[in-house]
Amino acid sequence: MSKKDLGLLILILVVGAVVTAINPRFLLPINLANTSNLIGLFGILSIGQAFVIITGGIELSVGSLIALLGTLFIDFIAVRGMEWPLAFVLILVLGAIIGLAHGWLITRLKLQPFVVTLCGLLIYRGVARFYTADGTAGFAFGQNFPTLEFLTAGRSYGVPNSFIALIVIAIVMWVVLHRSVFGRYLYAIGKNEEAAKYSGIRTGRVVTSAYVICGVLTALSAIYFAMYTRSISPASHGQFYELYAIAAAVLGGFSLRGGEGSLVGVILGTVLLQELQNLVNLLGIPSSLNFAVMGGVILIGVLVDQQWGVFRARRRMIEATRQNVAGAPAE
Amino acid sequence: MAHRLLSGIMTPTDTTQSTAAPFLSLEAVRKTYPGVVALDRFFMEVRPGEVIGLVGENGAGKSTLMKILGGVTRPDSGAVSVDGIAHDGLTVEQSIGSGIAFVHQELNLFDNLDVAANIFFGREPLRAGPLKLVDRAKLREMVAPLLKRVGANFSADTPVASLSLAQQQMVEIAKALSIRARLVILDEPTSSLPIAETEKLLDVIKGLKAEGISVIFISHRLHEVERVADRVVVLRDGTLAGTLPKERINHDEMVRLMIGRMLKVREKAGEATRAPGAVALSVDAIRTSTYPDRPVSLELRRGEILGLAGLVGSGRTELARVLFGIDERLAGSITQDGKPLNVASAADAVASGIFLVPEDRKLTGILLDLSIAENISLPNLPAHARRLLVSTNAELATAEKQKKNLGIKAPSVLTRTGTLSGGNQQKVVLAKWLAMNPKVMILDEPTRGIDIGAKAEIYQLMRGLADAGVAVLMISSDMEEVIGVSDRIAVMHEGQISGILDKQDFSQENVLLLAVGKKPKLAQLAGGAL
Repeated sequence: MSKKDLGLLILILVVGAVVTAINPRFLLPINLANTSNLIGLFGILSIGQAFVIITGGIELSVGSLIALLGTLFIDFIAVRGMEWPLAFVLILVLGAIIGLAHGWLITRLKLQPFVVTLCGLLIYRGVARFYTADGTAGFAFGQNFPTLEFLTAGRSYGVPNSFIALIVIAIVMWVVLHRSVFGRYLYAIGKNEEAAKYSGIRTGRVVTSAYVICGVLTALSAIYFAMYTRSISPASHGQFYELYAIAAAVLGGFSLRGGEGSLVGVILGTVLLQELQNLVNLLGIPSSLNFAVMGGVILIGVLVDQQWGVFRARRRMIEATRQNVAGAPAE
Repeated sequence: MAHRLLSGIMTPTDTTQSTAAPFLSLEAVRKTYPGVVALDRFFMEVRPGEVIGLVGENGAGKSTLMKILGGVTRPDSGAVSVDGIAHDGLTVEQSIGSGIAFVHQELNLFDNLDVAANIFFGREPLRAGPLKLVDRAKLREMVAPLLKRVGANFSADTPVASLSLAQQQMVEIAKALSIRARLVILDEPTSSLPIAETEKLLDVIKGLKAEGISVIFISHRLHEVERVADRVVVLRDGTLAGTLPKERINHDEMVRLMIGRMLKVREKAGEATRAPGAVALSVDAIRTSTYPDRPVSLELRRGEILGLAGLVGSGRTELARVLFGIDERLAGSITQDGKPLNVASAADAVASGIFLVPEDRKLTGILLDLSIAENISLPNLPAHARRLLVSTNAELATAEKQKKNLGIKAPSVLTRTGTLSGGNQQKVVLAKWLAMNPKVMILDEPTRGIDIGAKAEIYQLMRGLADAGVAVLMISSDMEEVIGVSDRIAVMHEGQISGILDKQDFSQENVLLLAVGKKPKLAQLAGGAL
């Protein structure tokens, strides 16, 4: 765990302690379970976003994709009577295909990630609304999918299964990002795509894979969100979720220029964001201020981090100058 | 040939101004950088209305001289006098204030703005009123006479993007005139101009001279220097090799002064210990996107170092980029060890054992933010992994071995490469390829910006590779290096191989002649095929 992650963890604990002191209901099992459920849901899509941001890209269509894929999933199993495991896999495949399309447009046709995924944001939202004729996708009365419901919205030993799913995914993706050859490529590309290419890395494929991973994880969280809300009105479902994901990554120490950030960081970022949401509720702050609180905290966090970096760089420079003056130059 | 005829006819008539007091003079100027004496005991005078040709090889000290005149760096010792007032060195403000203007090889124009906006950028005449709108009419009025003085055939509201390179240079010169320049320094202005455009530029220089403005004309194209210069200053290894008065300016004299250093590189690099082997890489009539109408053919043998010389912009880097799969090959074919080879990406090239040490080390050679070990393992990561997971131990072992073999000076292999010196960074670039058994090694300006000690080590590494049977292609603009290290020299001129020199014909003169597209002086008729 890096110093940055540790700092974030301490911040989370301090905020938690303060909230508990003011309103002890923060630590009630029901509150913790609800919050961790939300952490699970948002965490999964934030990890996907993190993989894209590492390459220096951005994925703005996450929220719309959650609306579209969630609508389709409910439609598949509730209206079309498809077996849910099949629908489940189908949705993940759809997510992968969309990620592949984004990656292809970005790496092959050299479009900017921002533009491609902004268009995605508009297109998927529009398609979702058209698909339901601007209605609501939901289950009929008495429709039950016990296994699916247990896996997505259920709890094991009081812990929401969505949160457990996040932990499992986080561990797998931690290995992928921090230990695998592919993860190393991602960082290399994020730091300097040209140099990575000159080292013989097939940068196009690696970047495309990042978008595919993001697409699949977004699709997975779309299913979780669909089972959590159980009814979807495509006009508003999942709105701004891409921004939650980006905010979590930024809070977690990711640079939007790419090449920087850790998996632990993005998870902690998600935790802090959900804690703040919870804080707004528990402390009786008008919920209309929700976004303002989030924005303020992120701004302060990034500012502190950046100033700290400047301070450290200056200290390192003074140190280096002192060494150079004292001893012979390094060579 | 047309040039020689023209230059005979168009002899400038006026050389009487040479008696005037010098506008600028440099006395015993010395400038050193760590490990390098860039300029030493350098004297020069510039009189009003005088055109000075400044020639010298790459690395002779021209750019250091320019930096001193522009006030970017201060000399360690010596004096720079402007109008008879001596300074230890100029500041940027002093340089601009004394009327010294630069027209660089890479133009500093905003190509999304029009000509007038570029010339008076930041100094636009404003209309009265609180909005501070640009007074377009006034601006055009101010620009028109400037454009006339440089003989421009375009108007003030032409977008710069639609101008030719020579026209853009005219804009730069007009800009210099707009700040009342007294000395205009043209750095390689004709290197990328076609002949007709060059003529225009030379006329502009004559126009400046007629107005009493001094010009320093830096160029590799000696026949152009021959035509416009009143005096030629030759730099060699950071010192003044000589000054040629008007009547002694000719091609042979300039080349004679530019050459002169005994070749010491050869001793450092060592001789080939074996005869070159089979053809490792054969390039047949390939075309690059920069010179789509110029096919390039070349054979690279195992165990040899083939030097690729030529002027900047002659297409050498483009060739390397095509061979390494970075740029698209427009036509032609590449054969490796007798089998056709298709390199569609750098990954393909690496898979075939063709490696490139690129020209721009910091941008493309290494990742400055990664450690030495991470840089070295990057191109060969799967070999340092078990079940797709990176094995840090394997990675460190490789890095330690390479660090020792190449003598990379760093606290540890975990040191960030960004903190290393240029020479050590270059060794990291080499190390990552040496760890993977190269078959063909392409090095683009491998010793640029590197101190002498590290240079010698890199020469020895190249020789070692060749002795081990690797085919080495070395692109270099450093004449000593090309002649001292290579077993054969191919010279490029405007996108084509203008000639290949065998060892008995190695000379700076021959390389220079081929580089400007002329015929070399060969020892035997059979040697050096064209």
